[in-house]
Amino acid sequence: MSEPRTLLAIDKVSKNFGRVTAVDGISLDIRENEFFALLGPSGCGKTTLLRMLAGFEMPNEGRILLDGRDIAKTPPNRRPVNLMFQSYALFPHMSVRANVSYGLEMERLPANEIRSRVDAILATTELVAFADRKPEQLSGGQKQRVALARALVKRPRLLLLDEPLGALDKKLRGAMQLELKRLQHEVGITFVIVTHDQEESLVMADRMAVLRDGKLLQCDTPHAVYEHPADRFVADFIGVMNFVPGKAANDGVLAANGARISGMVPEILSPGAAAVASVRPERIRLFPPPETANRVAGIVEALAYHGLDLQLHVRTALSQKPFLVRVTADAADRRPVASGDAVELGWDAADVRIFAD
Amino acid sequence: MRSFTPSRSSLLMAPALAWLTALMVVPCALVLALAFFRRGIYGGIEYSFTLENFGLVLDPLYAGIFLNSARIAGTATLIAVVIGYAAAYAIAAAPRRWQPVFLFFAVLPFWSNYLIRTYAWIVLLNREGLITQLLRWFGYTGEPPSMLYTEGAVIAGLVYNYLPFVILACYAPLSRLNPELAEASRDLGASAMTTFRRVILPLTVPGIAAGAVFVFVLSIGNFVTPALLGGGRFQMIGNLVYDQFLTANDWPFGAALAMALIAIMLLVLTAQALAADRAAGRIAEAKGGADD
Repeated sequence: MSEPRTLLAIDKVSKNFGRVTAVDGISLDIRENEFFALLGPSGCGKTTLLRMLAGFEMPNEGRILLDGRDIAKTPPNRRPVNLMFQSYALFPHMSVRANVSYGLEMERLPANEIRSRVDAILATTELVAFADRKPEQLSGGQKQRVALARALVKRPRLLLLDEPLGALDKKLRGAMQLELKRLQHEVGITFVIVTHDQEESLVMADRMAVLRDGKLLQCDTPHAVYEHPADRFVADFIGVMNFVPGKAANDGVLAANGARISGMVPEILSPGAAAVASVRPERIRLFPPPETANRVAGIVEALAYHGLDLQLHVRTALSQKPFLVRVTADAADRRPVASGDAVELGWDAADVRIFAD
Repeated sequence: MRSFTPSRSSLLMAPALAWLTALMVVPCALVLALAFFRRGIYGGIEYSFTLENFGLVLDPLYAGIFLNSARIAGTATLIAVVIGYAAAYAIAAAPRRWQPVFLFFAVLPFWSNYLIRTYAWIVLLNREGLITQLLRWFGYTGEPPSMLYTEGAVIAGLVYNYLPFVILACYAPLSRLNPELAEASRDLGASAMTTFRRVILPLTVPGIAAGAVFVFVLSIGNFVTPALLGGGRFQMIGNLVYDQFLTANDWPFGAALAMALIAIMLLVLTAQALAADRAAGRIAEAKGGADD
């Protein structure tokens, strides 16, 4: 397979509003036909970055190259980029069909071409039956599909989606995540989605960028970000992580109580520096075999049954917060535990990630 | 919302109903009744039924004054809507915390007396008034332009007096408009002009209609501004009614004219109410957000 082509290059882009720096020197490459997620807590600058890609904000510094051409100063109506708004922003005085046709009318396409393209996208988004309705007569999920159809019908080089599933309830959101991915595949358009929901980006994105305070922390595949977070913040923000604070040693972290957590220490951490060892809940075993590198005794404080698995809160001497442990339903059946039980936890050195604290 | 029992809500409405009945419905009914009587020979009223007052209303002389009034009120309305909408648009686009300040300045003239405000225009438009002096200052030496006691002066006075209504009426829907709608339009390839024409304007028509009806209805019946700035040379229907009651002492004819005027106003108001009703649906959603 050939190297994927870069469609959009964000080059050292900064944006400030008065004295507030919303985006601080971010560089990112987004590839052709990729499903890319911009992820971060609110106020991290992801929406500002998205609005710069759409043309509603102009960067103070840096370039935005689409197919190699700098579009940073191109007005929104003259760039082959479309945005699906968080509020959907459907025109309330127009029918579904008129909403979807609007963008093609602006391109002054012949009426019959507009008609056939609108018909096709309404079919793809399963909106044919609602074509003559007004937005107020639609459910949240239907509105979301109209907003998507309205943007997709323009066949943009790049489709931007601002928290596209934010207004939907949890169950519908799960279905729409897969639906969006299927659609993206079908239309062959590069998607950039903004979300604060880490699970959403893990499920949907081919690659994702994690932002905080206007800075890019990490840009990689969901798997790489989950398994090898760039720093403590990313480790904490993506998924669930157990942290053991302490000091860096040669081959691990010395916890406050003197216990050693074995793991790979990054080179930048000199021995004695404040460090934190971390391990994912699903990497921890209950009653581990004796050769397991890291073992600790604890008391089960609480149990939460989730059907697929069992989540335990286990109090140990390693950290203030109890450890979160996920045990498969299978394992829990083989050796049941109850609140108040004394247990032993264990995990491999290879599953430990160590960060500066 | 709390639901009121019928008896409680009628109790709450009673003072307003009593007020309207005593001061609106009864006098209007009396005026309406007057219109069907004859004028006494020396003024006064002769209580015998006739329709000739209404016939006289349709006389080309008086019908012409009606048309003239409608034309002047219509021109004033058009100018007020264009200026007022632009001002409301600018205020709605200003930073949130400045908007109340700008609105306050927009309605500031209301805090002074209508007559004083209109007299101020005489000072401005006088043959040797401020405008003429300003022209002289710029080197103009010819005859002073005659601006006072023209139709233009009347229109200027009406626009000036009723502009705040238009600004307030247009500001309401403009400020409630979800700004993402305009952005969506730009994003889909529309220019700023097209965005205004196809998205912003249609969604704010009810505000324009409300403001326009206000200006038109208040202008067509106005008699102070035409009297002061028109110098009595340009009779509007309000002046005619005024003259019948207070100068000509022909109360029945004045009443018939007043009824015709009220009928015109009611027609305009009904048309506006119907249009607003139709538009209400599309506005409901324009207010914004994913708050469904």
